[in-house]
Amino acid sequence: MSALLDIQGLFKRFGGLVATNDCALDVRAGELHALIGPNGAGKTTLIGQIAGVIKPDSGRIRLDGVNITYLPPHRRVRMGLARTYQITNVFKKYSVLDNLALGVQARDGHSFRFWRPVRAERHLWDQAAEIAERVGLGVRQDVLAGALAHGEQRQLEVGLALTSRPRLLLLDEPLAGMGADEAGRMVDLIRRLRADLTILLVEHDMDAVFQLADRISVLVYGRIIASGAPEAIRANPDVQTAYLGDEVRA
Amino acid sequence: MTRAQMLILGVITLGLILVPVLAANNFTIKLFSRLLIFALAASSLNLVLGYGGMVSFGHAAYFGVGGYVVGILTVSGIASPFITWTLAVLLCALLAALIGAISLRTRGVYFIMITLAFAQMLFFVFVSLRQYGGADGLPIRPPDPLRDGRTLYYIILVTLGICLFLLWRIKESRFGRAVQAIKENESRMMALGYPVFRYQLVCFIIGGALAGLAGVLNANLNAFISPNALAWSQSGQFMMMVILGGVGRFWGGALGAVVFILLETWLGSLTIHWQLGVGAALLIIVLFAPGGLVGLVSSANAWLIKRRAAA
Repeated sequence: MSALLDIQGLFKRFGGLVATNDCALDVRAGELHALIGPNGAGKTTLIGQIAGVIKPDSGRIRLDGVNITYLPPHRRVRMGLARTYQITNVFKKYSVLDNLALGVQARDGHSFRFWRPVRAERHLWDQAAEIAERVGLGVRQDVLAGALAHGEQRQLEVGLALTSRPRLLLLDEPLAGMGADEAGRMVDLIRRLRADLTILLVEHDMDAVFQLADRISVLVYGRIIASGAPEAIRANPDVQTAYLGDEVRA
Repeated sequence: MTRAQMLILGVITLGLILVPVLAANNFTIKLFSRLLIFALAASSLNLVLGYGGMVSFGHAAYFGVGGYVVGILTVSGIASPFITWTLAVLLCALLAALIGAISLRTRGVYFIMITLAFAQMLFFVFVSLRQYGGADGLPIRPPDPLRDGRTLYYIILVTLGICLFLLWRIKESRFGRAVQAIKENESRMMALGYPVFRYQLVCFIIGGALAGLAGVLNANLNAFISPNALAWSQSGQFMMMVILGGVGRFWGGALGAVVFILLETWLGSLTIHWQLGVGAALLIIVLFAPGGLVGLVSSANAWLIKRRAAA
């Protein structure tokens, strides 16, 4: 299997702090790759660099063989890379359908069209409704995003990422702050999505990670210390001392 | 628009068409001309500030430059409105493109300050242009048909009508929705694949061009243009109009401009401290009606409908 996302020798410093330290990671086409690591390991910084909102100091990020290290975020989205946010980042004052239609509009050619009302563009709304259905918000289409329950907002978050029809989906802690029910629904959703998507999943919930992942990479102090199948990671002594230690014992 | 809104709009339009017929004197026609011109200028700022979320504190720059283009060309012997107006609007668009391209790399208070700084630079440029009147301003002799107050009034009315219709269409277009969504949540728009900077810049340019058009009309109306038209206080007044009327409400700019100028005219006839009254009105609006006058009207309307439904 070829690498859809390939990161080599990535560095990012914030003053004296080395947030990304010679990081190397490859995500193969079709797999669900989980990225785990203790708090402060630099997961969010790494995701930021993959998405393009943080510029690395050096190193290289390639998407399907194309160097995207310094491309602006919107160009990466066009190339098939989409992300969700750790802290819900949706259009709170817009309805679910309005949220998704904005995403569909972004993919559907440019938006330098000044005359025709968007309401009249049926295909945008049809596709938005389709995605709402797909992430389990079919019956909540007309609710304002800000009025959704936390778990539903997280589903919308994923829906927004799907509007660009990505090849690679970055999920940044999709289960954060969820109750057991909500988390269960989200895990089901991710399981359905992986059928036709490559996913890089950052998550703290170890049960979910070991349930879902094909491969796991462990990030500690900005460096990937281990990469491999879930069983191998669980058995890896470095990982146990650096990260899993407490939880495995507990 | 609902039928009631269409009806109100129709009545207002009819009233505006009849103004020159019913007006007792030229003063009234001129006052109404001013109302319409500032309604256009404030609406153009509302596009940038209200819909685009870009707090431009230098919007008078385009208003003034538009007027100066007409003034300078006219005294140079090029009086044809087709040429002067077109050039003025194009130049204002270009100016907005330059200022926007630089200013939009900043955010928040820096954006406010940098747009103000550009406007101030232009202000001093025109103050120093002795051959065009310097600080005293430049008298203009508009071409014949425009010298008739009634003709000019109708030209202004039609121009405003066209521009408002244009803005109305933009608001609901793909472009308009993208720009408004950028105001709501810029990072998410980027993550959805929108080149945010380009959309904001185009919005800024449209706003500048329309403000320039308002400036053109203003220079023709007064047969005069001076650096005051692009002073920071003028930029501030445009902002006050938008805030008074309702930031990001379609009719906010127009209503705000009308109320502001009427307040100014009425209070100004009572006392030289009219600004105190305008300030108090602004304060009340900001504190108690963040949606401005338009927001106030629509919530009053919603309350009435609810009461009627309950009865």
